[in-house]
Amino acid sequence: MQFLRKQFPVMLAFVMGMAMFIREFVPSKFSEQLYYGFTDWAIVIVGFSAVFAILSLLHHHMNKVRRRVEGYGYSVITILAFIQMIILGLIFSVRPGTPAGWEYQWLFVPMQATMFATLAFFIASAAFRAFRARTWEALALLLAGLIVMIGRVPIGEFISPHLSTFSDWIMNNPSMAGFRGIILGVALAQIAISVRIIFGIERTYMGGGD
Amino acid sequence: MKNLIRLAASLVVVLILLLCSAAFSQESDVELPEEPAAAEEAGPEALEGADIIIGLEPAAEEVPAVEVPLPSYVTVSDLPNDDGTGIVVEFEKAEGETEALTYTVSVGAGPDGPWQEVGSFPATKKWKEEAGHYYPAFFWFQKGRAGVSNNIHLFTIQNLSGNVPLETGVEYFVKLTASLDGANRDYPEILSATPEEQWFDTGRTNVLILAVLFGATVLYFIARARRDPNLFIRKISGLDAVDEAIGRATEMGKPILYLNGMSSLADLSTLAALNILGRVARRVANYESKLTVPCRDPIVLTVAQEIVKAGYTDAGRPDAYNADDIFFLTEDQFSYAAAVCGIMMRDKPAANFFMGYYYAEALILTETGASTGAIQIAGTDASTQLPFFVTTCDYTLIGEELYAASAYLSREPLVLGSLKGQDMAKVFMMVMIIIGTLLMTFGVVFIKDLFKALG
Repeated sequence: MQFLRKQFPVMLAFVMGMAMFIREFVPSKFSEQLYYGFTDWAIVIVGFSAVFAILSLLHHHMNKVRRRVEGYGYSVITILAFIQMIILGLIFSVRPGTPAGWEYQWLFVPMQATMFATLAFFIASAAFRAFRARTWEALALLLAGLIVMIGRVPIGEFISPHLSTFSDWIMNNPSMAGFRGIILGVALAQIAISVRIIFGIERTYMGGGD
Repeated sequence: MKNLIRLAASLVVVLILLLCSAAFSQESDVELPEEPAAAEEAGPEALEGADIIIGLEPAAEEVPAVEVPLPSYVTVSDLPNDDGTGIVVEFEKAEGETEALTYTVSVGAGPDGPWQEVGSFPATKKWKEEAGHYYPAFFWFQKGRAGVSNNIHLFTIQNLSGNVPLETGVEYFVKLTASLDGANRDYPEILSATPEEQWFDTGRTNVLILAVLFGATVLYFIARARRDPNLFIRKISGLDAVDEAIGRATEMGKPILYLNGMSSLADLSTLAALNILGRVARRVANYESKLTVPCRDPIVLTVAQEIVKAGYTDAGRPDAYNADDIFFLTEDQFSYAAAVCGIMMRDKPAANFFMGYYYAEALILTETGASTGAIQIAGTDASTQLPFFVTTCDYTLIGEELYAASAYLSREPLVLGSLKGQDMAKVFMMVMIIIGTLLMTFGVVFIKDLFKALG
């Protein structure tokens, strides 16, 4: 049992990790088949895991309803919405024009769009906080932000044709240099964490601590 | 009376004659070259617009046949670095190639056909010097190099007509035809090649060398850390604040909210987030506080449950673990954001952790968290979302710090050793960037291609 919980997953991680690493340098058909074979396994596992997700969702909300915790009404709505969608989907399918399709198009999509639209207000409030020039760094951020914003709208071109050029320069040079530095660091860190996982040095993801 | 009639008739005849002569003079009003020889010199352009040419004899000479240039040599071979489904046609630039010249490549099962046309391209396209893909290591030193002119045409065949792929081990015959101004000329020789699969992609040799080098450096420093565990790691204030955040939540009697990001377990940033979750769970168990982990991915959910359970067990508090605190919400991006915002507004967690990869919902989550007054710690490698996290969170782990966090929190020499190796790789990259910048400034450009994967 200890072998299955500790050693076997590490061995599996090593074999699979090395196989996937070597595959990157082997252009043969076998290498391609191996990759698609593993991808198919992953799809099957994801399919099974959906059952866990549904059970978790229902269990979590039913517990809330049973214990009458604050806001349990939302859980009642979640459970009812879940059940009615399954029933409608099984009876009429989920194609456009069916009741489930109608609910998706006229309830779900508008709610999703509403949530996305709130981002505009959050950006305004976050920008207000970020642009308070209390330090020299914040002042530099404020100035760069203002130049980029004004340079990207028609009024910027009206004020000065050089504003948009300067805005592009900020985005393509200092900003890009910063981003590339981050990306380079991330790539090296990913190699390091991959080595740790493949060689079994990092095992926290297995849920067994160290 | 008769005289009058005769006079009128004479006038009509004269009038008709005048009209006829006027019409005749209009028709022959076309500008003609003064001499036939001059017309020949001026060429056909001088006669453009003339409807009728009077007095000009047709050219006695015959129109010469169009000379279609052909390359001096053509080779057909197996496509290198592929899975055995391609052959490649190479030929030298023909003398007198112009934009009007077109090459057509046809493939047949035998030397006598039947032929299937697999591609046609103008003589100004398909250069080996611009190809790069599939070509071996030595090619880096030519590809795109300043001063190297296009001299060799290269055409890759991977499919027959109808998108039928070539078969490995089958011999295919190739015919090259050049066309100019409607005239066609076949290359006199029919060539053949057999596609074969390769077991090593030489175009990625540089990637392999660098990956092995970096991996070996990391392993070396891990081994060194085993001998000398006193490694210095720079302070990461965001991780020092983890204890502070958990302590604050315990004092306030409020829960801690931990998000693993929006990606699946296939993403390394999710794995890094789960590693940190293990450390956080252990400390939460020690402080006897409550940890809430809403998940977006079912597999991440099962792994997160196991990790938190192990964290509580390691801390000696398995009884405090509640599986219901790690639950699935939804896979939909904005529905997930809405649900998490709801949890924040109802439960008012004292500390929010946003680890892993995020998309547009990042700001919605963190702004809502900030409005509840929670201490917020974020860690992501999503460079587009970093500005939002920096703005709205108290501490942000930027890029690589997310991956270093697990090692930093554990303080284990072996894991810390890998950070040292990572830093050494970073030093190497920085040195190469400085050398590369200097070399490129002085016109030595091959170094750029050394770091480019061709496969």
